[in-house]
Amino acid sequence: MNNKAVVEIKGLSKSYVRGSQTIPVLEDITFSIDEGEFLALMGPSGSGKSTLLNLIAGIDRADSGSIIIGGVDIAVLSETELAQWRAGNVGFIFQFYNLIPVLTAFENVELPLLLTGLSKKERREHVEMALRVVSLEDRIDHYPGQLSGGQQQRVAIARAVVTDPVILVADEPTGDLDRVSAKEILQLMARLNTESGKTIIMVTHDPRAAEKAHIIRQLDKGVLHEFNQAPV
Amino acid sequence: MNLIKLLFKNAFRHKLRTYLTILGMTIAILAFGLLRTVVSAWYAGVEASSANRLVTRNAISLIFSLPISYKDKIRQVEGVKQVSYGTWFGGIYIDEKNFFANFAMELKTYLELYPELIISPDQEAALLRDRRGAVVGRKLAERFGWKLGDVVTLKGTIFPGNWELIIRAIYKGRDKSTDESQLIFHWDYINETLKKTIPRRADQVGFFVIGISNPNQAAEASAAVDKLFKNSLAETLTETEKAFQMSFVSMTEAIVIAIQLVSFVIIIIIMAVVANTMAMAARERTGEYAILKALGFGGWYIAALIFGESLVITGIGCALGIAATFPAAKAFGDAMGAFFPIFNVAGETIYMDIASFIIVGVVAAIVPTVRTVNIRIADGLRKIG
Repeated sequence: MNNKAVVEIKGLSKSYVRGSQTIPVLEDITFSIDEGEFLALMGPSGSGKSTLLNLIAGIDRADSGSIIIGGVDIAVLSETELAQWRAGNVGFIFQFYNLIPVLTAFENVELPLLLTGLSKKERREHVEMALRVVSLEDRIDHYPGQLSGGQQQRVAIARAVVTDPVILVADEPTGDLDRVSAKEILQLMARLNTESGKTIIMVTHDPRAAEKAHIIRQLDKGVLHEFNQAPV
Repeated sequence: MNLIKLLFKNAFRHKLRTYLTILGMTIAILAFGLLRTVVSAWYAGVEASSANRLVTRNAISLIFSLPISYKDKIRQVEGVKQVSYGTWFGGIYIDEKNFFANFAMELKTYLELYPELIISPDQEAALLRDRRGAVVGRKLAERFGWKLGDVVTLKGTIFPGNWELIIRAIYKGRDKSTDESQLIFHWDYINETLKKTIPRRADQVGFFVIGISNPNQAAEASAAVDKLFKNSLAETLTETEKAFQMSFVSMTEAIVIAIQLVSFVIIIIIMAVVANTMAMAARERTGEYAILKALGFGGWYIAALIFGESLVITGIGCALGIAATFPAAKAFGDAMGAFFPIFNVAGETIYMDIASFIIVGVVAAIVPTVRTVNIRIADGLRKIG
């Protein structure tokens, strides 16, 4: 793990408006994440951890503060620029896998590559490599409905890493899986972190999942007020 | 894999709904095509008109006749090349339901003025030789199984009595717009009979058909003809054949407009149906579109997917509708041949079908696209799970 900060967050605040009420979700959050770090964000429901993850991933906008990722302040990017930035810099892993059901494993993993200038042959090579990493090369033509939950999540991980992004964001990646599958997914993520040096930011409720992280940060009522160093 | 493949896969995800929408679009295009063809058929006589022909009738009304003696005077007008004459006979063949157009004309000049009626020279010669001879269109002959030499008896309505005619010629239309369901026989036949039975009605014609050498001088020639008979007992109204035919269409213009309106209402109804389908489809896939947006696909990609899906559904429906229109129009034309002798699906109708599917596809996709493109990714992702 390097000590170069890949994510720098300063004075980040976010609130939602419900009718006439303004509900603060994040208040003056400041922290950084080093390159190659595996960070777990924990906290009770409604603490703002998914909101923080969405802001870091560039799929939501903060009210104030800055988010600098890989030297780019994403808070100042336009929607189009932000979409392009996400395509090249962020890999997403969701709780419910979020694969497109009418596309095969291969086609799902290929999706983010359609936005690159890669040729069909190059795309195929990248997809096959990503599916090999998650040990699903034999399920290349299977549709999500033909795969187990753990396998679907591995396809989602392959889709997340296929563009070699700067950061991987995972929102409850084991939340919909049985214990065995959850363990496999966490091992896979840990492997991506240690062997490929991927910076991973994971939101989880599960202390066992958080154990895989280098650092655990706690969010409560929008305030990042505590952090623990997890056992590696 | 490319986005077009995803677009097609999306279109057939909810098969029953998609097939029903396609069926609706097919029926809408079929109905639209048939109604447009009915409108075209209404104007078939106008379309078949020649710019080189004028029609002269009694200025009061078509039901009033003109003296045959006008013919020689009309022939003298500058620019007039040929003059024919005749009358609407309106005879009934066996039963009223067997309606077809039948005229008594001065056949030699008439055939010169109507080169679009193709008759073999020997049949033409036989026709002109026989005072009771008649020429019938190919479709009419097929309809009643008539052959050359057959005797056809028409029961006169305007001209009382039974009129026995002998089929001496069968014409084919030179153009698609040529009416092949008419029967035309010698005006002399009824005139000579009338001289014996009702002499006061003899030597009268319903209209003159005038061939002119220069279509650009139609207005001058018409005015010159009418001027000849100004202040006479039977003043004339001369107009181009097109205007003459149009005057018949004008009588039923309200029906034509109603048919046109109904054809467009059908398109508006199917537009609402497709819009509903697309709204449901887009709402079901809000989460997936949010994922695509999260992966970096911009609004234009999402718009292309929704618009494309809508156009795929309407396009397939349109193709099937167009394919069904031709046999349906043929069946309709065969069944209604007495009223619509020319019932062809015009090229213009097909272009309007294609324009309809594009408009329906695009309009139906607008609202779902705007809603999907503008939804926040975080909100869209909450729709999953």
